[in-house]
Amino acid sequence: MGRWWPRGLRPRLLAGFALVTVLGSLAATWAITESAGEALVASNQRRISETVSGQIGAVTHEVSHPPDQAALDRVRDSVGPDTLVVFEDLRSVDGARADLITDELREAVREGDRVVTQRVVDVDRPWLLVGAPVMITDPDGERAPSGIEVYTVRDLSAVQEEVDALVRAAAAAGAAVLVLAALLALVTARGVLRPVRELRDTARRLAAGDLDARTEPQGVDELAELTVTINEMAESVQGSMATMERMRADARRFAADVSHELRTPLSTLTAVTEVLAASTEDMAQDARESAGMAITETRRLVRMVEDLMEVSRFDAGSVRLREEEVDMVSAVRDTLRARNRLDRVELHAPQEVPVRVDRRRLDVIVANLVGNALRHGEPPVRVGVFADRTHVNLVVTDNGPGLAEHVVPHVFDRFFKADSARTRTPGSGLGLAIALENARLHDGDLTAGNGDDGGARFVLRLPRAPGQTAPGRERGIQE
Amino acid sequence: MTEILLIEDDPLLQRGLQLALSRHGHEVRTADTGEEGLRRFRARTPGIVVLDLMLPGMDGFQVCRRIRAEGEVPVIMLTARGDDFDVIGGLEAGADDYVVKPAQPTVLDARIRAVLRRTVDVPNEVRVHRDLRIDTVSLTVTVGEAPVTLTPTEMRLLLTLSRSPGRVYGRQRLLEEVWEHDYLGDSRLVDNCVQRLRAKIEDDPAVPVYVQTVRGFGYRFGPV
Repeated sequence: MGRWWPRGLRPRLLAGFALVTVLGSLAATWAITESAGEALVASNQRRISETVSGQIGAVTHEVSHPPDQAALDRVRDSVGPDTLVVFEDLRSVDGARADLITDELREAVREGDRVVTQRVVDVDRPWLLVGAPVMITDPDGERAPSGIEVYTVRDLSAVQEEVDALVRAAAAAGAAVLVLAALLALVTARGVLRPVRELRDTARRLAAGDLDARTEPQGVDELAELTVTINEMAESVQGSMATMERMRADARRFAADVSHELRTPLSTLTAVTEVLAASTEDMAQDARESAGMAITETRRLVRMVEDLMEVSRFDAGSVRLREEEVDMVSAVRDTLRARNRLDRVELHAPQEVPVRVDRRRLDVIVANLVGNALRHGEPPVRVGVFADRTHVNLVVTDNGPGLAEHVVPHVFDRFFKADSARTRTPGSGLGLAIALENARLHDGDLTAGNGDDGGARFVLRLPRAPGQTAPGRERGIQE
Repeated sequence: MTEILLIEDDPLLQRGLQLALSRHGHEVRTADTGEEGLRRFRARTPGIVVLDLMLPGMDGFQVCRRIRAEGEVPVIMLTARGDDFDVIGGLEAGADDYVVKPAQPTVLDARIRAVLRRTVDVPNEVRVHRDLRIDTVSLTVTVGEAPVTLTPTEMRLLLTLSRSPGRVYGRQRLLEEVWEHDYLGDSRLVDNCVQRLRAKIEDDPAVPVYVQTVRGFGYRFGPV
C-alpha cells in the first residue's frame, strides 16, 4: 500500500466515502448541467430562428424582384438592428455586430433553402448567428430562393447566464452532499470501528494475561462472528492454562509428598547407620566397606530429600524470611568455619557490614557458592564482601577454567549438571537453584559469570535491609 | 544414665532411635501413640521426653501441653517438616528444643544432654534481687515466699542472665550457652523460653522487671 494512502481504518473509510461522493456528485452535476444547458440553448435557438423566419416572411411580399438598395434596407429594418441583408452585390446597411457573420454561414445559406444557425463566441460573449434565404413563390406556385439572404446576430448572454446559474446550483448541491456524506461516513466509521476497538482492547488484555477478558458480540455481522471466535479462543486458552496450572500444582504437591514420605524411612536409616558406623571395627573388610557405603549414601539421600523439600516449599510459596541484624562478615566466617573451609578459602572483607538477613538462608547461599567453587573450580577460591550504602555484594571466584558460554544461562536450573559425564557429584543438583531462590527472597539477586582471569565468578547482591531499600546514590566501599 | 520416653508411631524409626540412643548411654522406653505415651509418663516419670509431633489420635502438641501441665520434665520434639507451623506450635506447647527429621542420633543426643543440664558455671551463692531469690547450690528459686519450679532450660537461662545483671546477651550467645546450639540456632527458642520464664517469676509478665528485652539485641537481667 502506497505511502499516500492513510493507514488508520477510520481515515481510510472517510477518504473512501469522500472520494465516492465527490466523483458521484461531479458526474451528476456534469450530466445535469450539460443536458439542461443544451436543452435551454436549443429551445432559445429554435425560438430565435422562428422569430427571424416570421419577420422575414412578413416583409417578403413587399419586396420587388430583383430588389434595390432601399428594399434590402427595409428588410433589414424589419428584422432587427444587428442584421445584414445581401442580394448578389448589393448589401444593406451594416448592423452593429454584422462583422460576426462568418463565410461558413453564408456558404451554408447560399447552398440551401432553409434557416441556418451558428453559435459563436466573441469577446467572452456567446452569440447566435442566424442566416436565412428569402423564398419567393413562382407564378407556377413553386417556392424558390430569391437570392436575397438575411443574416442576423442575436446575443445569447442571457441564456448563458441561466446555464451558469444552473451549474452553480448543482455545485452547491454537490458540496452540501459532500458534507452530508462525510458526516454519514463518520457515523458509519464509528459504528464499524467501535466493535473493532473493543475487540482490540479485549485482544490486548488477553495478550497481557487477563484470560477473563471477553467482548459481548453485537448483531450478526462478520465482526460479531470474529468476536465469537476470539471469545472461544480465549475460552480454550484459559482451559489449557488451568489444566497446565493444575498439572504443575499436582507435580509440585507430588514432589513435596514424596520427599515428606521419604523422611521417616530416612530417619530410621540415619539412626541405624550411625549404630553401624560405630561398630565397623568388628566387621570383615567387605562388610565394613558395605557399611561405609550405606552410611555415605544415606547422608547423600538425606541431603537430596532436604533440598527437594526446600524447593517444594519455595514452589508452594510457604517460605518466610526470618530477618535479624547480622554482621555479614562474621556470618560468612561462621559458615566457612562450621564447614572447615576457613583454611581453603581466601576471605577478603572489611571489618564489619551490618545487614538485615535471614541467617540460615544466608548460610545456605554462602555454603552453596563456596562448596560449588571448591568442587568444580581450582584453588585459590576467593570470597570477597563489598558493601555500599544500600547493598552488600558477596563475590565468590575460583581459579578454574570458568563456566562455558552455553552453561552460564543454566547454572541455576534445577538438576543442571555442567558436565553430563560427571553425573555423580556429591550435591543434589538443587544447591544453586535454592541459593538463587533464597537471594530473591531477600529482594536480592545471584548472578553467574566468569572473572577477568577466567575462573567462575558468582555474585550475590543483597539489600542491606530487604523491603526498605530506597533507591539512591551509592557510596562507600566499591568493588 | 537418663531415662528417655520416646513417643513415635513408626515402629522401625522407634526401634532405630532406641538402638542409637541406647548406644549413647540412655535408657529408652517407647510408646506408639500419644495416649500410651501419657500413660507411661504418669506411670513412671522419665528424665526427658522425645516426642514426634505427627501422631495418630492425640497429636504431639496436645501431649506436650499435658506433660508441661504435669511437671517440669523437658521435652524435645521431632518435627517432620521443620516449617514454622510445627516449630512455633511445638514451642508454644512448651517444648524445650526441637530436632528436624531425619535427625542424626548424635545431634539428638547432644540436644538431650544440653536440655537436661540444669546448671551453668556459676559461683555457689544465694542471690537476691528484690523478691527474687536464686540459690545456685540447691538450684531453687523463690519469688517472695513461694517456690518456683523451673525446667532445666529455664533454670539455665535464668542463671546465665543473672550472672552479670545489666549485661546484654544476644540471642545467638544465649543459644550457644544455654541450648549448646551451633551458630545457626533458632532464636525463637530463646524468645519462647523467656516468655515462659517471665510467666513464672515476674509479677506482670507484660511489664518485666527481671528479664528485660533490649530491642534489636537480646535480653538482660535487670537492672532491678
